[in-house]
Formats: sequence, C-alpha cells, structure tokens
Amino acid sequence: MSAIPSTAIEIAAAVRSGSLSAREVLDDHLARIDARDGEINAFNLVMVDEARAAAAAVDAQVAAGEDPGPLAGVPLALKDNLCTHGIPTTCSSRILEGWRPPYDATVVQRVNAAGAISIGKTNLDEFAMGSSTENSAFGPTRNPRDTSRVPGGSSGGSAAAVAAGFAPISLGSDTGGSIRQPAALCGVVGVKPTYGLVSRYGLIAFASSLDQIGPFSTTVADSALLLETIAGYDGRDSTSINAPSPSLIESLGEGVDGLRIGFVTELMGEGIAPDVAARVRQAADALAAAGAQIGEVSVPAAAFGLSAYYLIAPAEASSNLARYDGVRYGMRVDAPTTAEMNAATRTAGFGDEVKRRIMLGTYALSAGYYDAYYGKALKVRTLIVRDFERAYADFDLLITPTSPTTAFKFGDKTADPLSMYLNDICTIPTNLAGHPAVSVPFGGGADGMPVGVQLLAPALGEATMFRAAAVLESAAPALDEVWS
Amino acid sequence: MSARLTRDNVAKVADLARLDLTEADLDRYTEQLSAVLDHAEDVASLDLDGVPPTSHPLPLVNVLRADVVVEGVDREEVLSQAPSVEDRRFRVPAILGEEP
Repeated sequence: MSAIPSTAIEIAAAVRSGSLSAREVLDDHLARIDARDGEINAFNLVMVDEARAAAAAVDAQVAAGEDPGPLAGVPLALKDNLCTHGIPTTCSSRILEGWRPPYDATVVQRVNAAGAISIGKTNLDEFAMGSSTENSAFGPTRNPRDTSRVPGGSSGGSAAAVAAGFAPISLGSDTGGSIRQPAALCGVVGVKPTYGLVSRYGLIAFASSLDQIGPFSTTVADSALLLETIAGYDGRDSTSINAPSPSLIESLGEGVDGLRIGFVTELMGEGIAPDVAARVRQAADALAAAGAQIGEVSVPAAAFGLSAYYLIAPAEASSNLARYDGVRYGMRVDAPTTAEMNAATRTAGFGDEVKRRIMLGTYALSAGYYDAYYGKALKVRTLIVRDFERAYADFDLLITPTSPTTAFKFGDKTADPLSMYLNDICTIPTNLAGHPAVSVPFGGGADGMPVGVQLLAPALGEATMFRAAAVLESAAPALDEVWS
Repeated sequence: MSARLTRDNVAKVADLARLDLTEADLDRYTEQLSAVLDHAEDVASLDLDGVPPTSHPLPLVNVLRADVVVEGVDREEVLSQAPSVEDRRFRVPAILGEEP
C-alpha cells in the first residue's frame, strides 16, 4: 500500500486524481484507530460500516469520471453533539442513551456532500460543559502526546483524534473555548468562526447565543478548506448570516506585511503561565519579522469575561436542557407521576457538571437574582463588545495565549469547578462578542507539552486571521521543543 | 452586593430545575456554586446604569420564510425514539390529580 498523506488537502488531491482510493485511506485510518483508540478513547463510536459505504461511493464516483468534491475520501471525525441521521448521538450523556437522530446536522450534510468520509463520533465533556473531557459518561479522552494528561475540552475527542492521526480533520463546537483550548493542549489547529457563519442546525444546543461549530486540523490550510466547506447561509438556522461563504484558501499565502496586530495586555499577566506567555511573545516577534506592526492594546472588560460567561452560558443551558424530560427521546426513569418521572430521569441521566450548570443558570435567572446576575452579565457583554470595537479601530488582529497553561494531569482540577473554569479566561471574550479566533500550535512549554497561540479578529475577519495563522505556522518551533 | 447562596436556595433551584438532590449533594453544590457566585461578584458589584444589555452577538430581527410546505422529519421515525408511545403520540404517566 502506498504511503497515505497526512493532510486533508493532499488526500483529497490524490483521491480525486485516482492515484489513491478512498478505501485505502479509510483502511489506513481505521487501522490506526484499532491500534491506539483503546488507550486514547477519542471516539464514542467508530462508524465502520457507514464509512466503508461512503468510501466505496467516493471511489465509484472517481471511477465514473465524476468529482466527489474538495474533501474527496478525507476521513473526518464528528463531535458527538452533531446530529447524524440514524446513528447514535449522545453528547457523552446517559440521558440521550439509545437516541438515533431523525436528521443530519447541516454541517454533516455539507462535509458528506464534499466527499468527506465521516469516520466516527468523538467524545466530549457532557453536553460540551467542561475543559478537560473528564466529564464524559463514557470515560475521559487521553492526550495523545502524554496519556497522563487531559486533551482539554469540551471537544477533547475531536482534538485528540486529529493529534493521534485517527483523522486529518474533525469538527467540534466552541461555546467558551471548546475548540481552541483542546486544540492548544493537543498541539493542533482549531478555529472558532464568527457567530452565524456556520449553521448550528443539528448541533445540540448548550448556550445558543455563544455556540459555534468549527474545524480541527494539523495544518492551517486544512482548517481553511474545512471552514470553507461548512460555512454559508442555512435557512434552517435563523441566526445564520446571509452572506457568501468566505474565500480563505485563496489568500492564505498573502502574509502579514503591514497588518497591525495587538497584544491584549489583560490576557498576558496574572494567571498566565510564564512559559506560555513567553511563547506568545515569541509568536508576536515572528509576526513582526514577517512585516506586521505589533503593539499593545487594552481590552479592560475582558477581565470580567469569565464571570459574565459563567452566568450567561449556564442561564442559556438551563433553558436549553429543560427539553430532556424523559418524554420524547433518550432515557426515562419511570415514576408514578410525570413530574416525578421528569425529576427521576434528569437526576439519573445528567452528570455532576451538567447539574451544577443547570442550577447555576436557574439561580441566575430566578426572581430576585435576575438583575444582579444575568442582567449585569448581559451589560458586561456590551462593554466587551465596545472594548473590542475600540481595539479593532487601531488593530487588524489581536494576539493572546489560547489557554493559560499547557495540558494538565487528570484529576488536577475536577474537585474545584472554578479552577477548571479559569482555563477559559482567554477564549471566552471572543464568544461573548461573536467574533472569530484561531489557536495555532507554537512550540512546547517548560514541560514539553504544546502551547497554543490565539489570534482574534473582528466579525467576519476570517480571511485576515488565516493569513496570520499561516505565518505563525511556518515560524513555529517543534511542538515538543521545551521552553527554557 | 448579592446575598450569599444558602442551602435552601440550592434546594429551591434544584426543585425548579427538576433535579432530586441528596443531603450530601446539597452540601457539595452549595459550596461549589457559592465559589462561582463569589467570583461573579466582580460583575454583580459593577455600576452599569445606562449600559444596554447584549443578549446576542448579532443584531437580530425576525427571520421569515416563504409560506411553502416542505417535508419535515418523519413522524414514525421520531416516535420510534420515544421512551413510550401510544396511538402515535408520546405517552407520559399521570399528570392530573398531582399536587400543585
């Protein structure tokens, strides 16, 4: 068997040209999963039969002289909160046990139509609530670069699947950093697109004003290709932006000459590990060497982002998760009355962190506390939007760490929810503003684990953001290069 | 400033959210949720008079579509996923005669 290329762009080119079959590519990746996923636990479900059928269909198209599309024969992993028609979709929660969605998410339809081979459903923190994938009902995912450490979360399975070579690309969802933080901790590229750029139809809702689907990959170009494929208007999501899908690949090589890039001072000080901050400075130097103008910028309200987020997201979650009542799908625990059945089902079906967030959100919305908590948080959200507007008057892009530390050990933060929440301090402001951001791997920390550098852009600023990400990628030290 | 979260608050919230908590759960959640709310005091104590709220990142207006019939999801397939079904409808335990 010929060597299988490592990137989606190379695989698709080889499959489209007929020099490599989708079946060969799939067999190679299934063998890797077989060999190592017992240890990593990136997948809740490997879709062997469906993937084989999809690969055969792609090969038949090539044989018939048809073009299967820009992702022809590329194995792709799906976070298990994306609905797949007739295929179990669990959100890594017991409460959805046995449920087979009656429809595909829009992003699933789009990647399949582009010739990608959906290879499996990946593990996550239950209902995407967490930063380590330790909150899964199906056990934690392990970081492929050091299995004693977490992969980050909540899209830990999708990040680990790409880092372990189980699939060159995957999809995750990002509500407060759930794509970018695991991308950073696993040493891969992860993108949170502008809110509304990618349809959320068929993404099981956590916090609807913050959730956004986005790509993981080993290269910046592969994320650009995957984002081009999934972006664009969808009438089934009323928050979908009615604008054409951005052209990202085309301008990827244009560099950063003349771009103004700002350090966010509030996100470079307290709470950020010194080795991580040092790598971010090194990344900024690399951008300067490529012609960018680097300056410092203040986004004062970002300091309140964490508190605002942990009021807004649980508030929205407490409403969204009210639908799991044992009536229409998933598990039911029988009881004499409907109210008792609802409570018995939810008590048995939800894990600890989900219960915690539902209660936090219910409290923040309840009479007497609404103004003090939820109402205040919405006003802080306005301040954050205004501060970013001011920052983007002077700068094209902003640069920060993705995560305050490299990957931590299992159990380090599970006893203290607040210490876990602090992982999201650099990623949350973007979600509150609805802006795009990318995490690019940039060398290792003092422990030799990958560091992620985050680039932020204003709404629909993806094309510029990807240009700078490509420059960082080409300047990046090896992922296991220890910072000293 | 907001009052400190009490065990009774947590019990009431759990009831509203339809979650049954044990006594041990109540102790643990009261402590953990208090820690998060203490952190949120930085927001709760801000003077934000005159600042409008932002509930959503996009300036949303009503989104309408043409009144055209389209195929929805398959009813039998949806019902096949429910824990209990009778006469092509979702079946639940008694709802009448419950205590209010």
